[in-house]
Amino acid sequence: MDGHESAREIYRQALPVVLVSLVAGLFAGTILGSETMRSGIESVPGILLLLPAFLATRGGVYGSLGARLSTGLHQGVIEPTFALDRRLTNAIVASFINGMTVSVFIAVITYLTLVILGGRGSLLELVGIMLVAGFLSAALMLSVLITVIFVGYRRGLNPDNVIGPVVTTLGDVFGVFFLLVGIYVVGVIT
Amino acid sequence: MTDAPGEPRSSTEPATSDGLDDPGGSTAIDEWSVQRIVRTMIPLLAALSVLQLVSGTVLESFERTLLQYPALLVLLPVQIGTAGNLASITCSRLTTQLYLGTYEPRLSNPDVRANVIAVFALAGTVFGLVGVAAWAIGVALGGSLALARVLLIALVSGMLLAVLVVVASVVAVEVSYRVGLNPDDTTIPIVTNLCDVAGVLILFAVVGVVV
Repeated sequence: MDGHESAREIYRQALPVVLVSLVAGLFAGTILGSETMRSGIESVPGILLLLPAFLATRGGVYGSLGARLSTGLHQGVIEPTFALDRRLTNAIVASFINGMTVSVFIAVITYLTLVILGGRGSLLELVGIMLVAGFLSAALMLSVLITVIFVGYRRGLNPDNVIGPVVTTLGDVFGVFFLLVGIYVVGVIT
Repeated sequence: MTDAPGEPRSSTEPATSDGLDDPGGSTAIDEWSVQRIVRTMIPLLAALSVLQLVSGTVLESFERTLLQYPALLVLLPVQIGTAGNLASITCSRLTTQLYLGTYEPRLSNPDVRANVIAVFALAGTVFGLVGVAAWAIGVALGGSLALARVLLIALVSGMLLAVLVVVASVVAVEVSYRVGLNPDDTTIPIVTNLCDVAGVLILFAVVGVVV
């Protein structure tokens, strides 16, 4: 826990989580290749275009929240308890704002790229899909991430070795899945 | 937000003095204000989303190949995700070492060397398994790529990514520290995004050679 770990220790601590994330990634890949997703990609122009940006911002927003909490725990400025500490609340609120803002931004730049490339697309449809997928991701990521960091820390795991895999695992699987939910919800409404 | 300046500190704040003892230090409450976190991150996340459109465009242009070889579609999130995992382990560890004062970006530093060795060992283990698994799922989905080819694609693009992860992590921590940004906010978004975009480019470069 003091930052001086051997390569073997880092490997041993990180491997199980990385392997779990691998299985989850394969699961995400299978969802991506599924019949339902492919027809979604076909019916909504821009889904493939926004996919990398959408998945990446899960990592950016919630991975940095994790790293921030991890450093805070190591420094002793936050406690591994679920009490409403000011710093903890701030970090969570800021991550939610970041996640939602960036989701809408992605919808807009995807639409602009479609227009520039001479394709067709609906701004309203893309924004709607990103709002649904972004909100569901935020709710899931925030609750799971905080639980994993605090419970892991109390049991002696270095959160630095665990956060990244947890974030990318959940981000990818549920990112692809919530995108599918977004496409479905917006498709029903419109 | 809930963080208007001058607002009294919440009584649930356990150690109200720690920020005041060291107002310029990284432990100041200011470093944890909603405004500060949002202002640091939004421009960065926006810029990186624009960058991600590059891989989005590549994906769109390879749409037909992806649909023809399901193994590649299965490989895609895993390949990118694993690179991101390794990147965020490396960045997170380097940043903590920076705050604890044990950070020094040289191969002679045992902490850095342990990080690098662990990243390559993890990459070799994981990308080998990824290759076999993507091949099997691809076959189940009706694909026709041979095991040797999928394995070669996964391992070659994976090890190239591991090199990139290490170099990019060290550079990102170093640069954000020097320009005075909190590496916790900046390095992981930058490095994981870089690995995502490079992951797609490297993957399809290798696919172009092998398939």
